[in-house]
Amino acid sequence: MHFKHIKLIAIGLITGFINGLFGSGGGMIIVPALVFLIGIKEHKAHATAISIILPLSIISTFFYLKADIIEFNIAFYVALGGIVGSFIGAKLLNKIPAPLLRKIFGSIIIYTAIRMILK
Amino acid sequence: MKLFIIGLLSGIISGMGIGGGSVLIPSLVLIASLNQHQAQSINLIVFIPISIIALIVHIKEKNIVFKYTKWIVPSGIMGAILGSMIALKIDAYNLKKYFAIFLLFVGIYELIKKR
Repeated sequence: MHFKHIKLIAIGLITGFINGLFGSGGGMIIVPALVFLIGIKEHKAHATAISIILPLSIISTFFYLKADIIEFNIAFYVALGGIVGSFIGAKLLNKIPAPLLRKIFGSIIIYTAIRMILK
Repeated sequence: MKLFIIGLLSGIISGMGIGGGSVLIPSLVLIASLNQHQAQSINLIVFIPISIIALIVHIKEKNIVFKYTKWIVPSGIMGAILGSMIALKIDAYNLKKYFAIFLLFVGIYELIKKR
Protein backbone atom coordinates (compact mmCIF):
# COMPACT_ATOMS: atom_id res chain seq x y z
CA MET A 1 0.00 0.00 0.00
CA HIS A 2 1.46 3.30 -1.14
CA PHE A 3 0.86 6.81 0.20
CA LYS A 4 -1.37 7.42 -2.82
CA HIS A 5 -3.63 4.58 -1.72
CA ILE A 6 -3.97 6.08 1.77
CA LYS A 7 -4.90 9.38 0.13
CA LEU A 8 -7.52 7.61 -2.01
CA ILE A 9 -9.03 5.86 1.04
CA ALA A 10 -9.19 9.17 2.96
CA ILE A 11 -10.79 10.91 -0.03
CA GLY A 12 -13.41 8.15 -0.20
CA LEU A 13 -14.22 8.37 3.50
CA ILE A 14 -14.72 12.14 3.49
CA THR A 15 -16.63 12.14 0.19
CA GLY A 16 -18.99 9.42 1.39
CA PHE A 17 -19.51 11.12 4.76
CA ILE A 18 -20.39 14.54 3.27
CA ASN A 19 -22.57 12.96 0.58
CA GLY A 20 -24.53 11.02 3.19
CA LEU A 21 -24.75 13.87 5.71
CA PHE A 22 -25.94 16.52 3.25
CA GLY A 23 -27.45 14.24 0.58
CA SER A 24 -25.15 16.06 -1.83
CA GLY A 25 -21.73 17.66 -1.99
CA GLY A 26 -19.73 14.53 -2.67
CA GLY A 27 -18.65 15.95 -6.01
CA MET A 28 -17.57 19.19 -4.36
CA ILE A 29 -15.10 17.18 -2.27
CA ILE A 30 -13.94 14.53 -4.70
CA VAL A 31 -13.39 16.64 -7.83
CA PRO A 32 -10.83 19.03 -6.27
CA ALA A 33 -9.29 16.05 -4.40
CA LEU A 34 -8.80 14.08 -7.64
CA VAL A 35 -7.41 17.14 -9.41
CA PHE A 36 -5.08 18.52 -6.71
CA LEU A 37 -4.14 15.42 -4.66
CA ILE A 38 -4.12 12.71 -7.34
CA GLY A 39 -3.43 14.78 -10.46
CA ILE A 40 -6.31 13.79 -12.76
CA LYS A 41 -7.28 16.32 -15.47
CA GLU A 42 -10.30 18.38 -14.48
CA HIS A 43 -12.86 17.26 -17.07
CA LYS A 44 -11.90 13.61 -16.42
CA ALA A 45 -12.16 14.20 -12.67
CA HIS A 46 -15.77 15.40 -13.09
CA ALA A 47 -16.70 12.29 -15.04
CA THR A 48 -14.77 9.97 -12.69
CA ALA A 49 -16.51 11.58 -9.69
CA ILE A 50 -19.90 10.51 -11.03
CA SER A 51 -18.75 6.87 -11.27
CA ILE A 52 -17.71 6.98 -7.60
CA ILE A 53 -20.62 8.97 -6.17
CA LEU A 54 -23.25 6.79 -7.85
CA PRO A 55 -22.64 3.74 -5.59
CA LEU A 56 -22.28 6.04 -2.54
CA SER A 57 -25.60 7.73 -3.30
CA ILE A 58 -27.32 4.35 -3.69
CA ILE A 59 -26.13 3.40 -0.18
CA SER A 60 -27.24 6.73 1.32
CA THR A 61 -30.60 6.56 -0.47
CA PHE A 62 -31.21 3.21 1.19
CA PHE A 63 -30.86 4.83 4.65
CA TYR A 64 -33.18 7.75 3.76
CA LEU A 65 -35.61 5.22 2.25
CA LYS A 66 -35.65 3.18 5.46
CA ALA A 67 -36.38 6.35 7.46
CA ASP A 68 -39.44 6.83 5.20
CA ILE A 69 -38.85 10.48 4.28
CA ILE A 70 -38.72 10.29 0.48
CA GLU A 71 -41.66 12.03 -1.26
CA PHE A 72 -41.90 9.91 -4.40
CA ASN A 73 -44.43 12.08 -6.23
CA ILE A 74 -42.09 15.08 -5.93
CA ALA A 75 -39.02 12.98 -6.78
CA PHE A 76 -40.75 11.79 -9.98
CA TYR A 77 -41.19 15.27 -11.51
CA VAL A 78 -37.76 16.45 -10.38
CA ALA A 79 -36.19 13.32 -11.88
CA LEU A 80 -38.00 13.86 -15.19
CA GLY A 81 -36.58 17.38 -15.50
CA GLY A 82 -33.25 16.20 -14.18
CA ILE A 83 -32.83 13.46 -16.78
CA VAL A 84 -33.47 15.87 -19.67
CA GLY A 85 -31.24 18.51 -18.09
CA SER A 86 -28.33 16.19 -17.32
CA PHE A 87 -28.24 14.97 -20.91
CA ILE A 88 -27.95 18.58 -22.09
CA GLY A 89 -25.32 19.32 -19.43
CA ALA A 90 -23.16 16.27 -20.21
CA LYS A 91 -23.19 17.17 -23.91
CA LEU A 92 -22.09 20.70 -23.04
CA LEU A 93 -19.26 19.61 -20.69
CA ASN A 94 -16.63 19.20 -23.41
CA LYS A 95 -17.83 22.19 -25.43
CA ILE A 96 -18.44 25.13 -23.11
CA PRO A 97 -15.70 27.04 -21.25
CA ALA A 98 -16.81 26.75 -17.64
CA PRO A 99 -15.03 29.65 -15.79
CA LEU A 100 -17.75 32.26 -16.27
CA LEU A 101 -20.45 29.72 -15.50
CA ARG A 102 -18.62 28.84 -12.24
CA LYS A 103 -18.44 32.48 -11.13
CA ILE A 104 -22.15 32.96 -11.73
CA PHE A 105 -22.88 29.66 -10.01
CA GLY A 106 -20.63 30.55 -7.05
CA SER A 107 -22.33 33.91 -6.57
CA ILE A 108 -25.83 32.42 -6.68
CA ILE A 109 -25.07 29.75 -4.11
CA ILE A 110 -23.34 32.19 -1.73
CA TYR A 111 -26.51 34.32 -1.84
CA THR A 112 -28.65 31.20 -1.34
CA ALA A 113 -26.49 29.95 1.55
CA ILE A 114 -26.79 33.27 3.39
CA ARG A 115 -30.57 33.22 2.89
CA MET A 116 -30.73 29.71 4.35
CA ILE A 117 -28.54 30.64 7.31
CA LEU A 118 -30.64 33.72 8.16
CA LYS A 119 -34.09 32.23 7.51
CA MET B 1 -44.12 22.22 -13.78
CA LYS B 2 -42.19 24.08 -11.07
CA LEU B 3 -40.66 20.79 -9.93
CA PHE B 4 -39.82 19.80 -13.52
CA ILE B 5 -37.99 23.11 -14.10
CA ILE B 6 -36.09 22.83 -10.79
CA GLY B 7 -35.04 19.34 -11.90
CA LEU B 8 -34.11 20.50 -15.41
CA LEU B 9 -31.80 23.29 -14.20
CA SER B 10 -30.16 21.08 -11.56
CA GLY B 11 -29.72 18.36 -14.18
CA ILE B 12 -27.90 20.69 -16.58
CA ILE B 13 -25.62 21.87 -13.77
CA SER B 14 -24.90 18.36 -12.47
CA GLY B 15 -24.41 16.96 -16.00
CA MET B 16 -21.66 19.53 -16.37
CA GLY B 17 -20.17 18.25 -13.11
CA ILE B 18 -20.66 21.45 -11.15
CA GLY B 19 -22.87 20.05 -8.40
CA GLY B 20 -26.58 19.82 -9.06
CA GLY B 21 -27.37 19.27 -5.39
CA SER B 22 -26.28 22.75 -4.43
CA VAL B 23 -29.02 24.06 -6.75
CA LEU B 24 -31.64 21.36 -6.20
CA ILE B 25 -31.67 21.17 -2.39
CA PRO B 26 -31.98 24.94 -1.71
CA SER B 27 -34.63 25.19 -4.47
CA LEU B 28 -36.69 22.42 -2.89
CA VAL B 29 -36.37 24.01 0.57
CA LEU B 30 -36.88 27.67 -0.41
CA ILE B 31 -39.30 27.33 -3.37
CA ALA B 32 -41.09 24.00 -2.86
CA SER B 33 -41.13 24.25 0.98
CA LEU B 34 -39.75 20.80 1.71
CA ASN B 35 -37.85 20.19 4.93
CA GLN B 36 -34.10 19.63 4.77
CA HIS B 37 -34.26 15.83 5.08
CA GLN B 38 -36.90 15.53 2.34
CA ALA B 39 -34.89 17.79 0.02
CA GLN B 40 -31.69 15.82 0.64
CA SER B 41 -33.42 12.49 0.08
CA ILE B 42 -34.87 13.72 -3.22
CA ASN B 43 -31.45 14.90 -4.36
CA LEU B 44 -30.01 11.47 -3.57
CA ILE B 45 -32.71 9.39 -5.26
CA VAL B 46 -32.96 11.69 -8.30
CA PHE B 47 -29.18 11.61 -8.71
CA ILE B 48 -29.29 7.86 -9.38
CA PRO B 49 -31.08 7.82 -12.79
CA ILE B 50 -29.47 11.15 -13.78
CA SER B 51 -25.95 9.97 -13.03
CA ILE B 52 -26.51 6.66 -14.83
CA ILE B 53 -27.34 8.64 -17.98
CA ALA B 54 -24.42 11.05 -17.48
CA LEU B 55 -22.17 8.04 -16.87
CA ILE B 56 -23.15 6.43 -20.19
CA VAL B 57 -22.33 9.66 -22.04
CA HIS B 58 -18.99 9.97 -20.21
CA ILE B 59 -18.03 6.33 -20.84
CA LYS B 60 -18.70 6.87 -24.57
CA GLU B 61 -16.57 10.02 -24.53
CA LYS B 62 -13.87 8.17 -22.51
CA ASN B 63 -13.80 10.75 -19.71
CA ILE B 64 -13.68 8.30 -16.78
CA VAL B 65 -10.51 7.13 -15.02
CA PHE B 66 -11.52 3.76 -13.50
CA LYS B 67 -8.21 2.69 -11.94
CA TYR B 68 -8.77 4.62 -8.66
CA THR B 69 -12.35 3.48 -8.14
CA LYS B 70 -11.47 0.28 -6.20
CA TRP B 71 -9.52 2.32 -3.62
CA ILE B 72 -12.09 5.09 -3.21
CA VAL B 73 -15.45 3.28 -3.29
CA PRO B 74 -15.08 0.91 -0.26
CA SER B 75 -14.06 3.67 2.18
CA GLY B 76 -16.61 5.92 0.46
CA ILE B 77 -19.34 3.43 1.34
CA MET B 78 -18.26 3.44 5.00
CA GLY B 79 -18.36 7.24 4.99
CA ALA B 80 -21.78 7.21 3.32
CA ILE B 81 -23.23 4.90 5.99
CA LEU B 82 -21.84 7.06 8.80
CA GLY B 83 -22.93 10.36 7.21
CA SER B 84 -26.46 9.15 6.46
CA MET B 85 -26.99 7.78 9.98
CA ILE B 86 -25.84 11.06 11.53
CA ALA B 87 -28.00 13.15 9.14
CA LEU B 88 -31.08 11.19 10.16
CA LYS B 89 -30.38 11.86 13.86
CA ILE B 90 -30.07 15.66 13.44
CA ASP B 91 -33.33 17.71 13.38
CA ALA B 92 -34.26 19.33 10.05
CA TYR B 93 -33.75 22.93 11.20
CA ASN B 94 -30.18 22.35 12.41
CA LEU B 95 -29.34 20.18 9.41
CA LYS B 96 -30.45 23.05 7.14
CA LYS B 97 -28.06 25.41 8.95
CA TYR B 98 -25.11 22.99 8.68
CA PHE B 99 -25.94 22.44 5.01
CA ALA B 100 -26.05 26.21 4.41
CA ILE B 101 -22.62 26.68 6.02
CA PHE B 102 -21.23 23.92 3.76
CA LEU B 103 -22.91 25.59 0.77
CA LEU B 104 -21.32 28.93 1.69
CA PHE B 105 -17.84 27.35 1.59
CA VAL B 106 -18.64 25.70 -1.75
CA GLY B 107 -19.68 29.06 -3.19
CA ILE B 108 -16.58 30.83 -1.90
CA TYR B 109 -14.41 28.04 -3.34
CA GLU B 110 -16.03 28.40 -6.76
CA LEU B 111 -15.42 32.15 -6.72
CA ILE B 112 -11.77 32.14 -5.62
CA LYS B 113 -10.80 29.08 -7.68
CA LYS B 114 -8.39 29.75 -10.54
CA ARG B 115 -9.30 28.92 -14.19
